[in-house]
Amino acid sequence: MSRARNAIVSALVLLVGRRRRRRPKPEDTRLVPALPPNPAAELAVLALLGLSSLSALGFILVYAFGDSLPAETPLLGTALGLAFLFLAAALIVVGLKLVPTEEIAEEYPPHEHPGEQQVIAELVDESGSRFTRRRLFKLGLLGAGGTLGLALLTPAVSFGPLFHVGNFLRTPWRRGRRLVDENGRPYKASDIEKNDFYLAFPEGTNDEEKDQMAASLVVIRLPPDQLRLPPHLKGYDAHGILAYSRICTHAGCAITLYRAPLFQPDEPRPALVCPCHYSTFDPTTGGTVTFGPAGRDLPLLPLYVDSAGYLRAKGNFDGPVGPSWWGVRLWKAQP
Amino acid sequence: MSSRGAPLTRRAVRWVDQRTASAPLLRKTLRYLFPDHWSFLLGEVALYAFMVLVATGIYLTFFFVDSTREVVFHGNYYPPLYGQRMSEAYASVVHLSLATRAGLLLRQTHHWAANVFIAAIVLHLFRIFFTGAYRKPRELTYWLGVTMLMLSLLEAYLGYSLVDDLMSGMGLVIGYSVGLSLPFVGQNLMNWLFDGMFPGSPKLWPRMYIAHVLIFPVLIGLLLGAHLLLVAMRHHTQFRRTKAQTERTIVGVPAFPGQAPRSLGLLAGTAGFLFLLGGLVQINPIWLWGPYHTYSSTNGAQPDWYLGWLIGALRLVPGWDFTIGSYTVVPNPFWGGAAFPLVVFGFLYFWPWLERRFSGDHAFHNLLDRPRDAPVRTAIGVAMVSWVFLVFMAGSADRVNVTFGIDYVSQIWVYRVIVWVLPVAFGFATWWICKELRASDLVVLDRHEAEAEARLARLRRGDEPPGDPGALAE
Repeated sequence: MSRARNAIVSALVLLVGRRRRRRPKPEDTRLVPALPPNPAAELAVLALLGLSSLSALGFILVYAFGDSLPAETPLLGTALGLAFLFLAAALIVVGLKLVPTEEIAEEYPPHEHPGEQQVIAELVDESGSRFTRRRLFKLGLLGAGGTLGLALLTPAVSFGPLFHVGNFLRTPWRRGRRLVDENGRPYKASDIEKNDFYLAFPEGTNDEEKDQMAASLVVIRLPPDQLRLPPHLKGYDAHGILAYSRICTHAGCAITLYRAPLFQPDEPRPALVCPCHYSTFDPTTGGTVTFGPAGRDLPLLPLYVDSAGYLRAKGNFDGPVGPSWWGVRLWKAQP
Repeated sequence: MSSRGAPLTRRAVRWVDQRTASAPLLRKTLRYLFPDHWSFLLGEVALYAFMVLVATGIYLTFFFVDSTREVVFHGNYYPPLYGQRMSEAYASVVHLSLATRAGLLLRQTHHWAANVFIAAIVLHLFRIFFTGAYRKPRELTYWLGVTMLMLSLLEAYLGYSLVDDLMSGMGLVIGYSVGLSLPFVGQNLMNWLFDGMFPGSPKLWPRMYIAHVLIFPVLIGLLLGAHLLLVAMRHHTQFRRTKAQTERTIVGVPAFPGQAPRSLGLLAGTAGFLFLLGGLVQINPIWLWGPYHTYSSTNGAQPDWYLGWLIGALRLVPGWDFTIGSYTVVPNPFWGGAAFPLVVFGFLYFWPWLERRFSGDHAFHNLLDRPRDAPVRTAIGVAMVSWVFLVFMAGSADRVNVTFGIDYVSQIWVYRVIVWVLPVAFGFATWWICKELRASDLVVLDRHEAEAEARLARLRRGDEPPGDPGALAE
């Protein structure tokens, strides 16, 4: 019994008892100036550390009982944040009130060390004194180092096809392929209404193939008398129904805005707009750029309506699909 | 003093020194001097935000799946996505955010830390630039810092892209298009990097992931180490607050005991602030955006602030590709997405050299300028900052259109003009203000000198009892 009491008493003394004063060092030999104790600051630091522990404990409790709490994330964040902030406050009180923060002056390091420089230069030069054909030697070293570096980089070529870029032109569209919606249901010409726009894919593509840049279309219907398609795009529409590539020729985002005159009385012409950088294409003139940063017309897919009324591709796009690259205008979309 | 021989501190120090021979180094480190100025803490905040990024990022790696394999979402904790097709990567982040305890806190803290990290670097860069701290002998430190800023932007972009939500996919395809637009090499480079045309092959995600969690953090960490080592080797710069602070003599608070609790306090404070943000302020609620497919996008998307300058530039460039006949030489995204940041970073890299070249100042500098002390530098800096900032503002024109109803097209035309005109105007105005401030400084200095002289003269004549001796020193 008394042993237990002794243990508790000594634990308490260890915990809260003040440290026995060391024999004070004579003032003139101290490295850090002596300052009088600051009991208030000490108490504040202790209190802040206590609050920090409580907050950290709170974090653990919120984590444990998160199911029965209304807002888990804000509580967790507040608890952990406060734990750190109380710790920060304690440290700052220590810095401002308890440790001496006297300013000291000291020389900057010297600008240079001429003696050492001399020694290093001599070491290097003298070590190479047996080499008579220095320039050739340097060239050889450079050659070996360079080719070795190149050799070590070579396996990175396997990352992907560096030179076989034919895939940029290939599209899944063929003459006769039907246009289907996201669920694979074929579009009839009568499904396409004015002042609305439709997402279409080639019939028979799986989910992965739908993500290919050339697969997706934006389909709209315009009054045929409004169309002013240039000569090389004559006949690409099917009675006013137009199918443009859904991928913007600027930076590859999907064109998901259609400004039809119905919705915007102040805009006289319909427009297909990309929401990334607001490239604006005029669907009546074959996808020419009317505003925004796109530099190339939106590719148009020729359409026809079969005898059963379904929309089918008449051929391939009039140009490469997706964002542009150097020389893009030299190429044609390929099946 | 303990009766069992030397006190604990001494025994510990002795143990370490005997095994590492590091006492001289340790002693120097403890007495390393930190000149006092609030702006010197900006770099420290960046360092501490980086630590929070690494710590929270390690947690996130335990839950993230780096695969674009398509799965169907069956988490009944979030019905709106139930049954949707999405990549495993996106599904894993939704699960981490909504069905993993403390997962959302860690993810949001990670995201906030990235924002604060880059903000702190940029403010630190401003401080370094406008005080001339990059001058000889600290050019290397500066170049390492600029490189770290660039790497951090790429690293943050990678992290944002990895989630594979709708926004991140839109960001990734824009990055791809900018890469594709690089003259001569773009198509081959992107085909190689993505293993095919966008959206690339299944190999892409593990590559982006290892770059985000290993390659870039290690690179940034190594450069950070070199950056700090160089700072310590040449010592800090300082403002001339007192007469004792000269080109040869540094005055500051030693690392221990004075600076250590303050710096540790700043570390804890940064962490606490970031966890509060992560818990209380929602950032990038990816479950609302939905999964990305090449055929979907959304209006009103905005990137994190540090990429806003690039989206602004991409939107401002007028709609043409540079072509010769039917040969496309430079596709459009190159100007806003590649040329613009290249010019900005090129300026940052070459500036110390340019300044030396035109000012002929080859001297060592340990004392910092105040911005007014170097009117030309300050003017050029302000012009550059306002240029980038105006382009950044242009990126928000669509939000301004929605919020205030100001026509988008007109805004873009206004920006296309003012991004060139205003920076020049701001530059000249800054130059003039600096000149005026310096002139008024000289007047004050003259007056102080004259007063001191007069007082000294009176003192010699014995007209006035000696006052505060400090007044004379002024």
